[in-house]
Amino acid sequence: MGKSASEIAELVASGRRSAVEFAEEALDAIERSNGILNAFLSVNRDLTLEAAGRIDAMVAAGEKVGRLAGVPVALKDNMCQIGFDTTCASKILNGWSPPYSATVVQKMIAEGAVTVGKTNLDEFAMGSSTENSAFGPTRNPIDLERVPGGSSGGSAAAVAASIVPLALGSDTGGSIRQPASLTGVVGVKPTYGVVSRYGLVAFASSLDQIGPFSRTVGDSALALEVISGWDNMDSTSYDGAKFSLVSQQGVPMDGVRIGIVKEFMDGCDEEVLAAVRAAAEQLSKAGAKVDEVSIPETKLGLSAYYIIAPAEASSNLARFDGVRFGLRVEGSDIAETNVKTRTAGFGDEVKRRIMLGTYALSSGYYDAYYGKAQQVKTMIKRGFERAYRDFDALISPVSPTTAFRFGERASNPLAMYLSDVCTIPSNLAGHPAMSVPFSADSSGLPIGIQVLAPALGEELMFRIAFSIERSSGGGGFGSLDPALEEVMTGGR
Amino acid sequence: MVDSETNQSPSAPSFLPEGWEIVCGLEVHTELKTRTKLFCGCLNEFGSYPNTNICPVCLGLPGALPVLNGEALEIAARIGLALNATVQASIFHRKNYFYPDMPKDFQISQYDIPLNADGYLILPSGVRIGIVRAHMEEDTGKITHLGGSSGRIHGAERALIDYNRSGVPLVEIVSAPDIASPDEARQYVTELRAILIAIGASDGKMEEGSLRVDANVSVRPIGESEFRTRCEIKNLNSLRSLVRAITYEAQRQVEVYTAAGEVLQQTRHWDEDRSITVALRTKEEAEDYRYFPEPDLVPLEPTESWIGGLRESLPELPRQRRLRLCDLVGLDSANDQIETAILPELYGFVDAALNAGVDPKLVVARASNELASLLPIPDGYELEWFSDLCRMEMERKLSSTQAKAVLQESVKSLTPPAVVRDRLGITQLDDDELMIQIKSIVEENSDEWTRLKAGEMQLKGFFIGQIMKKTGGKADGKIAAKMLAVLLSED
Ligand SMILES: [Zn+2]
Repeated sequence: MGKSASEIAELVASGRRSAVEFAEEALDAIERSNGILNAFLSVNRDLTLEAAGRIDAMVAAGEKVGRLAGVPVALKDNMCQIGFDTTCASKILNGWSPPYSATVVQKMIAEGAVTVGKTNLDEFAMGSSTENSAFGPTRNPIDLERVPGGSSGGSAAAVAASIVPLALGSDTGGSIRQPASLTGVVGVKPTYGVVSRYGLVAFASSLDQIGPFSRTVGDSALALEVISGWDNMDSTSYDGAKFSLVSQQGVPMDGVRIGIVKEFMDGCDEEVLAAVRAAAEQLSKAGAKVDEVSIPETKLGLSAYYIIAPAEASSNLARFDGVRFGLRVEGSDIAETNVKTRTAGFGDEVKRRIMLGTYALSSGYYDAYYGKAQQVKTMIKRGFERAYRDFDALISPVSPTTAFRFGERASNPLAMYLSDVCTIPSNLAGHPAMSVPFSADSSGLPIGIQVLAPALGEELMFRIAFSIERSSGGGGFGSLDPALEEVMTGGR
Repeated sequence: MVDSETNQSPSAPSFLPEGWEIVCGLEVHTELKTRTKLFCGCLNEFGSYPNTNICPVCLGLPGALPVLNGEALEIAARIGLALNATVQASIFHRKNYFYPDMPKDFQISQYDIPLNADGYLILPSGVRIGIVRAHMEEDTGKITHLGGSSGRIHGAERALIDYNRSGVPLVEIVSAPDIASPDEARQYVTELRAILIAIGASDGKMEEGSLRVDANVSVRPIGESEFRTRCEIKNLNSLRSLVRAITYEAQRQVEVYTAAGEVLQQTRHWDEDRSITVALRTKEEAEDYRYFPEPDLVPLEPTESWIGGLRESLPELPRQRRLRLCDLVGLDSANDQIETAILPELYGFVDAALNAGVDPKLVVARASNELASLLPIPDGYELEWFSDLCRMEMERKLSSTQAKAVLQESVKSLTPPAVVRDRLGITQLDDDELMIQIKSIVEENSDEWTRLKAGEMQLKGFFIGQIMKKTGGKADGKIAAKMLAVLLSED
C-alpha cells in the first residue's frame, strides 16, 4: 500500500525524498494501470514534473513548503486547471483547455500539491457507476468486473489503487461517498458552501460540493482543511468556517450521541446492514451512545433530487452550444448548429436529465415539480434538524449494496438512481457526510459506513470517522484485483 | 376622467378617431454607469476593442460563477428611490433561452421579486405615471451580422459577437399602463432619462444603446374598463421614433377594430425607414423561459440603514430643479425655457451659475436660448465659464449682444469668456460715454428726432440702429433704449 499524503509531505519537506520522485511514481502507475483501470482521462507529464521540480527547488533553497508539499493529487475531470484539458467525460468538451484554475486547485497548489492527472467520471457527473463516461468506464480496482461507483469513479479508483494518496471529487447526490464505499476508501462531502465551487463545472449548483478521497481519514482531514474556506469568487461559499479536523484523531467518543437512520437501512443488503450494526457496536464500545432514529422525510429525497438536479442541470448545460468552446457541429443556421452539436456531443443519460429538467421547469409545471421539490428539500432539512435535537451525529449505510457488475443497472435508470438513496438527503439538506471504509462482504468487496453531521459539524464528523477507522483496524478493505496487482507491480 | 359633453378623454390624442384612447406602458432598459460589470470584475466600458473586457464569468465558461457587484446594487436601489419605489428584499432568477449573444444561454435577471416595486414618476404636466418595478439584470453581448441584405439576421452570411457588453449591469424600469398619448410617452422618457443622469445611474445615451425603450400599446373605446390586446414595439432608438411608433401603432389598431378585425398579441418592430411597425412574432410562438431562482447567487436583503443612507445621498432631481427654477424666476408652472434649462446637458451650468449668485432670469435665458443652441456642449467647456459670462453681463461689462457672441466663441474655442472678450477687443461703453454718443446722434439727425418727438414711434428703431452703428455694437441695446426714452421725456 502506498504512502499517505501526510507521510509524503513530511518526507518531501524534510528533503528525504523528492517531489519529482513521487510525481514520477504516480505518472508511471497511471501509465501501467490505465489500460485496464481507465481511472485517468488525461495527464500532462511535463507540467506535473515541472511543478514537482519547483517544490524540490524550494526545499533545496530552504523555503517554507506547504502542508501538501510534493503530494501527487488527482482531479476529477470536471474541475478546471490551467494546462490540463477539462472534458467532464463528455465529447462535447473534448479538447477544451480552461484558461483558469478552480479555487480548490489554487489552494492545493499553494500548499505544495502536484496535480498528476484528471480522472474519469460519469459524463457531467451524472451517474453512479462511471459507466456514463464518453471515454469508457473506470473499473473497480478491487474487482475489475465491477463498477467503482460514480460519478467520481476515477478519483476513487486512483486512490484505491494507490496511484495517488489524495484525489478530489464532487458530490451532488453521493458522487464522492458512494464510489468511496464501493472501492474501500475515505470520501467526504463537506457542508454546502464550505468548499468553493469556482472552477467546478456545474451539474446542480445548489447541491454540488467538492470533497477529498484518501485512504486514511487523516489525509481527508488534512485536504479538507486546505480546500475549505470563503472564496470571493463563489457567492454561496460559507464565510467563517475554520475547522480543526486533523486534531480530531483520538479525541474520546464519550457521551457522543449517535443515531442510526432507520430509513436508510430499508432495502439494503444484509451484509451492508451487518456492517453498520457492527460499526455501531464499536462506537458504543468507544463510549458513544448509539440508538435508532427515524427521519421519514428522507424517503422523499430521491424524488425531489430527480427534479431539482435535472432542472438546474438543464440550465447549467445550456452553454454547451457549439458557439464558444468545445465541440461544434455545423448546421445551416445557429439554431441547427446548437441542436446538431448537442445531439452529437451529449450522451444518453445527460440528454435524459436535460429533458427531465426542461420539462420540470416549463411554464405550467413549475409549481407541481420544481416548487414542490423545493418544499421537500426544506422538509428534509427540518427532519434532520429534528433528529439532531436528540443526536449529535448519525450513521447509516452509504450504498444499499457493494460494488455491482458492469451493465447490471446501466439499462435501468431507476435501479441506478436507487444507488444514491442513502446519500442524496445530505445534499438536499446541505449537511456534511462522509464514507469511512469499515469492512468487506463475503466476496471481499468493501463496505463503507456513512457518518452524517449537522451543517458545519465537520469536526465531530471526523472525530467519529477516526474512531470507526481505528475500530476497523484501518488499512483498506478488499485487496486489489490480482490482474491489476500484476500490472501495478510488474517489472519491479 | 371622461368629459361628458364631448365624450373625449382630456388626454386622448387628437389623431385618433373620436371615442378611442391609447393605453401605453413603457419598458426602459438602462445600462448602469458602474466601473465593472454586474457579476465579474471586467471593465464596463463602451467602445473598447471587441472582446477585450471579458473573463471566464462573462463568457459563461464552464465552472465560472457570478458574484454581484455592490456598486451596481447601490445604483439600482438609487433608481428605485428616485422613482419613489419601495426597495425590498429580492432574488435573482435565470431566464433560459438559446442565443449566441447570451454566453450562458440564460440571462440572470430579477423576475417576480424585484429590488424596486410600486413607484411613480410625475411628468412636467403633472400627470402621475405608475412604476410597477425597476429590476436588475445583465446585458447580452452584441452581434454584428455580416453579408446578406444590409446586416439583417435573415440572409446574413456570418455573425460576429462582441462580449464586452455581456454582463454589463442593466436596470429595467417598467411603467404602469398609465401613458395616454405619444407626447406623454416622450415626456416620460425625457423625465426618466433626466432622473437617471441626475443620480449618476446612466449616461442616458439612446443612440449608444445605454437607454433602450420598448412600448406596450393597446387602444380601447373611451369608457371601456377592460384592457384590450396589446402589442410590444421594439427598436425605438430615439424619442422621435417613440412618438411616431406609438402614433402609428395606435392608428393601426383602431383601424383593425374599426374593420371588425382582431388585434393579435404580438411583438412588433418599428421600421424607421418605412415608418411602420411590423410583426416579429405572435404570442403562440413566444418562448417559455423556464424561470427559476438563480442557485449561484444569494438572496438580497437590504437593511433599513443602507436604504436610508442611499436616500440621503440622492441629489436634486429634475422635478425639484423645475420647482426651484420656477420659484426663482417667479413662475407658477414651468415654461419651455425652464424645461430646457433643466435638461441634464445644461443643468450643471445653470446650477453653477445660480450658486454663483447670478440673476436667475438671466441664467435661464442664456442657458435655454444661447447655450442650448450650442448643444452638445463639448467636454472642456468649464462650468464656471458660463457663470462668469452671465456675471459679466449682469454687471454690464458686456451688452446682451456682446454676451451672446462671447458665449458662442467661448464654447467653440473652449476659452474663458474674459479671454474671449479681450481677444475680440470688446469693451462695454460706460453710461456717460454712451449718453454723449447718443446726444451727438440726435444732433446729427434733428429731422428724425423732431418726428419721433411728434409721435412717430417707429423711428425709435432707427435711432437704436444708429447708436449701435456708431458704437460698433459696444452699446447695450436695452440701456440705449432707456437713455433715448430719458432724452425724449426731457425736452
Ligand atoms: Zn468578465
